Amino acid sequence: MSTDAPDISLRRRLALRGLDGTTLLVMPALLFLLAIFVYPFVYGLWLSFTPKAGDWLANYAAFFADPFEYDTIWTTLALAIPVTILSLLIAVPVAMRVRLMRRQRLLTTILVLPITLGTVLVAQGLLNYLGPQGWFSKTLMLLHLISSPARLTHNYWGVFASLLITGFPFTFLLTLSYITGIDPALEQAAATHGANAWQRFRHVFLPLLVPGLAISFLLSFVQSFAVFPSAVLLGAPAGPTRVISIAAYQAAFEQYDYSMASAIAMIMAAVQLVVVVIVLGARALFYRGSTAGSKG
Amino acid sequence: MIRDTTIGAKLWATAIWVVVGFFVLNLLAMIATVILDSFATQWLRTWLPVAFTTKWYVSAWNEFQLGSVLTTTFEIVFTVVVLAGLLGVTAAYAMARRDFPGKRLVMLVFLLPLLVPPITYGIPMATVLYQTGVGGTFWGVVLANLVPTVPFVILVMIPFIEQIDPKIEAAARVFGAGTVRLFLHVLLPMLIPGILASLLLVLVRTIAMFELSFLAAGPTSQTLVVVLYYSVFASGVRAIQSIDAMAVIYMVTTLIWLLLALRFVNPTQIVARVKQQQAT
Repeated sequence: MSTDAPDISLRRRLALRGLDGTTLLVMPALLFLLAIFVYPFVYGLWLSFTPKAGDWLANYAAFFADPFEYDTIWTTLALAIPVTILSLLIAVPVAMRVRLMRRQRLLTTILVLPITLGTVLVAQGLLNYLGPQGWFSKTLMLLHLISSPARLTHNYWGVFASLLITGFPFTFLLTLSYITGIDPALEQAAATHGANAWQRFRHVFLPLLVPGLAISFLLSFVQSFAVFPSAVLLGAPAGPTRVISIAAYQAAFEQYDYSMASAIAMIMAAVQLVVVVIVLGARALFYRGSTAGSKG
Repeated sequence: MIRDTTIGAKLWATAIWVVVGFFVLNLLAMIATVILDSFATQWLRTWLPVAFTTKWYVSAWNEFQLGSVLTTTFEIVFTVVVLAGLLGVTAAYAMARRDFPGKRLVMLVFLLPLLVPPITYGIPMATVLYQTGVGGTFWGVVLANLVPTVPFVILVMIPFIEQIDPKIEAAARVFGAGTVRLFLHVLLPMLIPGILASLLLVLVRTIAMFELSFLAAGPTSQTLVVVLYYSVFASGVRAIQSIDAMAVIYMVTTLIWLLLALRFVNPTQIVARVKQQQAT
């Protein structure tokens, strides 16, 4: 026993800090993610600074010198930001209403369909549905809203529609989870003091929702910003909807320039990071507090 | 709950339901178009197809070799489910039971793959996979799909494990249970609902995961959704009904598992981890 004393005390000390056999169970998953997620990202960053030709910044210089390449940032932002804002603007009032429903399950199940089916199926469905001979154009013509079939595929609006159809349910379900997390007693208290519906929303719900809405905005923005299959299938991948992920994909798998592809992927990540920082910075200006009612 | 009965409030509520109805109508019409077209002999310029047939399913099955594609898909998906379960549940147990230095950093590593979109990290990841020779193989697709699914299992399982009283485990230890018996006879029965729910969601997500499978797949390791993408991409080569027939087969394979999963989870949990508060 006595010879083991230092060993035991070391184990003891480690165990007191929370390191023992159980903690080691975290290692397989952690090592896996370090190898397949963190390492490739770091390696990609390094690779982006070792271009095929030129000095260490050649990839980035080439990207920002060619309008065909750097315009992809604006193309992607021009899709992702309107879709995200529109989704959020629809999601908040709808979620405020749905939270009052007893049977939300049917609606939430229908809305989870496009998320589950994925962007490829939505793109294929919309190609038929929004196409010149599709039901959508036919109905509008029947109602005499338009005289000739609307051009809604193979352009900006096709991609916009597909992003909205997968993005709105995502934003809505996130927002609903935040809104149902707010204690209804707070609203009742405001109503007792004579606040009308708009005042209750503006002065009770909205301040409490801002952090949640910021997160919903970011998650759906980041998903829309990474649009890929629908921009190829439903958009015009050579021109108006050549989004940044297409540029990265083409560099990697059509020109086999992995260094350039990594540089574009890093630029994509950087743009997302900038938006995240701006939104989180703006969020800090608002009230942050408990969403639970208290008797204090 | 407070319900307004003024005219303004009623108009507002109606407007909201019109928007929701419009969205749901378009969504269902879009799905209906795919299903109808897959059974249509021909469908041009009319509201409904002229006549119906099932021949496109036979031709899609043969043209796209769906038998072997479905086999590959399910081999990949079930391997991902088993490995994600093993890696995820063990890590979730450690995360739920211990506080250790650097835990916040480890949590960040588990959160990032869920927050960063697949196409962003997929391209550097595919580069590394191809350089090590795993890219384009069965295991390349499995490894790629494990990146978002392992953290997903961890995040779903942590609250499940946290709600189990550690005294139960201590009692089992007192009665002489070893780690294996403790896990098999005490923890596992209590965790089954959580494990089942999270693994079913992993299954649905992996069948529908396009970006990572697409970037990591080679000719022999394409999953159903990747084959669907390529056929839509090259549409014009084959009859559109044939592609739609494959899309319906894809929809059915995904929705069966979704319906099964929805018996155990709330639809909101597919996008967010929520504790549904019962309104009083």
